[in-house]
Amino acid sequence: MTLFLLRRLLQTAQVLFVMSLLVFVGVYAIGNPLDMLVDPQATAADTARVAAALGLDQPLWVQYWRFLGNALQGDLGTSFLHGTPALQLIVQRLPATLELAVSALLIAVLLGIPLGLWAGLRPDSFGGRTIMAGSILGFSLPTFWVGLMLIMVFSVHLGWLPSGGRGPTREFLGLEWSLLAPDGWRHLLLPALNLALFKLALMIRLTQSGTREALLQDYVRFARAKGLPPRRVVGVHVLKNIMIPVVTVAGLEFGTLIAFSVVTESIFAWPGIGKLLLDSIGQLDRPVVVAYLLLIVFIYTLISLVADLIYAALDPRVRLAGGQAA
Amino acid sequence: MPQHASPSRRPSLLARLLFGAAMAGALLPAWAADLRIGLSSDVTSLDPHFVNIAPNIAFSDHVFDTLVKSDASGKLVPGLAESWRALSPTTWEFKLRQGVVFSDGTPLTAEDVVFSLDRPATIKNSPGPFTSYTKQIVRKEAIDAHTVHLHTASAYGPLPLDLISIYVVSKKAAENAGTEDFNSGKALIGTGPFKFAAFRKGESIEITRNERYWGAKPEWDKVVFRILASDAPRLSALLAGDVDVIENVPAADLARLKTNPQVTLAQHTTWRTLFWQLDQFRDQSPFVTGKDGKPLDKNPLKDLRVRQAISKAINRQALVERTLEGLAEPASNINAPGIFGYNAQIPVEAYDPEGAKKLLAEAGYPDGFSLTIHGTNNRYINDDQVVQTVAQFLNRIGIRTRVDTQPVATYFGKARAHEYSFALLGWGSLATDFTLRSIVGTIDPDTGWGSWNWGKYSNPKVDELVAGALAAVEPAERERLAREAASVALGDLAVIPSHHQLATWGLRKGFAYDGRIDEFTFAHEIRSAR
Repeated sequence: MTLFLLRRLLQTAQVLFVMSLLVFVGVYAIGNPLDMLVDPQATAADTARVAAALGLDQPLWVQYWRFLGNALQGDLGTSFLHGTPALQLIVQRLPATLELAVSALLIAVLLGIPLGLWAGLRPDSFGGRTIMAGSILGFSLPTFWVGLMLIMVFSVHLGWLPSGGRGPTREFLGLEWSLLAPDGWRHLLLPALNLALFKLALMIRLTQSGTREALLQDYVRFARAKGLPPRRVVGVHVLKNIMIPVVTVAGLEFGTLIAFSVVTESIFAWPGIGKLLLDSIGQLDRPVVVAYLLLIVFIYTLISLVADLIYAALDPRVRLAGGQAA
Repeated sequence: MPQHASPSRRPSLLARLLFGAAMAGALLPAWAADLRIGLSSDVTSLDPHFVNIAPNIAFSDHVFDTLVKSDASGKLVPGLAESWRALSPTTWEFKLRQGVVFSDGTPLTAEDVVFSLDRPATIKNSPGPFTSYTKQIVRKEAIDAHTVHLHTASAYGPLPLDLISIYVVSKKAAENAGTEDFNSGKALIGTGPFKFAAFRKGESIEITRNERYWGAKPEWDKVVFRILASDAPRLSALLAGDVDVIENVPAADLARLKTNPQVTLAQHTTWRTLFWQLDQFRDQSPFVTGKDGKPLDKNPLKDLRVRQAISKAINRQALVERTLEGLAEPASNINAPGIFGYNAQIPVEAYDPEGAKKLLAEAGYPDGFSLTIHGTNNRYINDDQVVQTVAQFLNRIGIRTRVDTQPVATYFGKARAHEYSFALLGWGSLATDFTLRSIVGTIDPDTGWGSWNWGKYSNPKVDELVAGALAAVEPAERERLAREAASVALGDLAVIPSHHQLATWGLRKGFAYDGRIDEFTFAHEIRSAR
């Protein structure tokens, strides 16, 4: 177990290292932030002074080496444009993105599983067909378009919900959360729904196919033959068995919800890390871009580590590599 | 650019009003004097001396004042200094307004002014420092509480203009304060029309009226700026009534907005003038070839007749009416009308494709040549389409033209490294001599001349006139020299002027704004129009 954890830690460190190198070189190749930011009236000496202050006067490998040295001490650099540490900038905005991602996941799971179950149990009914057709729409409609439509309908025409932004927040555990504020959830609803749509479709299809498959299994037939009430057959025998793939996928998809909330955040002016990334790329604010991507990679590896540990706990047949099994 | 669907009608407006009134009568008056503005770019820091970018400057102007201000049309007007004059070519005297107090109650003195002029140079880690505006000053003297003398190393006429960019902070509050202290509001003590209330980074900023403000007090008790960087959410926030005013209305949605009874539009010609920079230093320009693709033995863009032909080939009227959807005016100058040093005698080049062909033939290119032209695709109004339209115009006179447009983040670096042959740039400045120095002045890294002279144009006569203008402390003399310099440089077609951009604001019914030449959105200049 310890060996397994150590090995995973080492892998994570390697991935982070390669990632930092790629991003560093990539953003460097796009352009020099000083070309956009230094005043046109600046002399060469002025520009050189700014470049030196930001460390941009050094060759790329020296800049990277310095970055690596600082990163090992927990300092991922200071944002050029904001003048505050890049990591702090991201961590300040992380709650907004997490809140959005968690809400979207909840919507996807709480709506998707019942709907999928219904469609799986009655595949030929009108309701079942409608749900499955709807799930295809959820897959195929582009997020940005759906987002704009949601705003047009619910904010502009009906005026029920705000068109964007995060709204008021309440402090909890030292961070700001809009779910806790009375007006906050109204701001959260549309973006969370928009972000959830794709995952919702996924959940529906996963649950539906799982249900249909489970219904044909011997243990379900046996349970029926035994005369168990349908509620118990579905609620215990079917649902429990299809939950394993559903939970696995839901866990993995949470990572993508965080990483790909960029589009939704941009459409709904949601002040999360995705929007910060877009702005920072546009302004060549390299420290923020690098810190963001490293953090995302770190979250991903963390999630998959946790998933692996949970499998091992759930299913005794799964042995963690490096354990005693051959 | 995101498109957006139909205009809005809110059938429940009356119901909402009644509901609001029933909710709490006491809330209504406060609501009536609140203003909510959707900004199109993020304010990265509230420290007015940290980084010289437009969104930060626009915010600073609400909380701070400068010694000299520019009005909506770009003219210099008194700010914290009620008057100024040059005592000698290298000494300027600024008389401070009497009775001005900071929002914390401490009176403004010459000490605060000197401190604020010193501060930009002490800020570390700024990618765009304000020192360009203070470095001319070699010595600052607080003569008495309300008199400041500024000494320059050599005669320097634009000093008052430079000072519109340096915000005066309270020495007491800002001494030893870092960017964090400004962002938290602790050091954010100014003399401006508003004072700080709250800052949620990347999301919103709130300010309230400064009751101690020395000038005409703004109409609004409270102003909320929301950062709505993408076009679609900014526009939908306006349509949904979540904000009252937005800046930078997306060009594609203007026609539809005009028919919306809930919304009015405000427009103003801006300082941003677009022009083409041409390679005038290489004998073999990288993006110019013969029509057979082989290199030419000389660079046609170095020939004045070719540059004239290109200028005549561009139908500027069609360009601004069609491609730019009326959001621009044809340009003959390198600065917008009304800007200091604008030369009204230079006419807009008339569209004359036949004349252009004749000039090309005279220059030895009767069959034209091949050219790739470059521009941005996310910086200026419809910039991508502007580049394509101009390529069409050039094709018509026999110059086979290809187009390459890029995001500004990659474009500027390459353009400043002189990699292009024919490239689009937009420039905003409040003085022609400044623009000429940066764009057509002979490149000299040590003095900062020609820092954006992509084509390396060089003319000693222009340099001499611009230097003369910059050294003239008498405004009339300075303007005369700047005009003459513009006329010489544009006579050479050092750059080919294209158009002056218009800026558009969208306002909910009941709000009015005149717009500004510098594109800024100032809450203190927005009025109610009920």
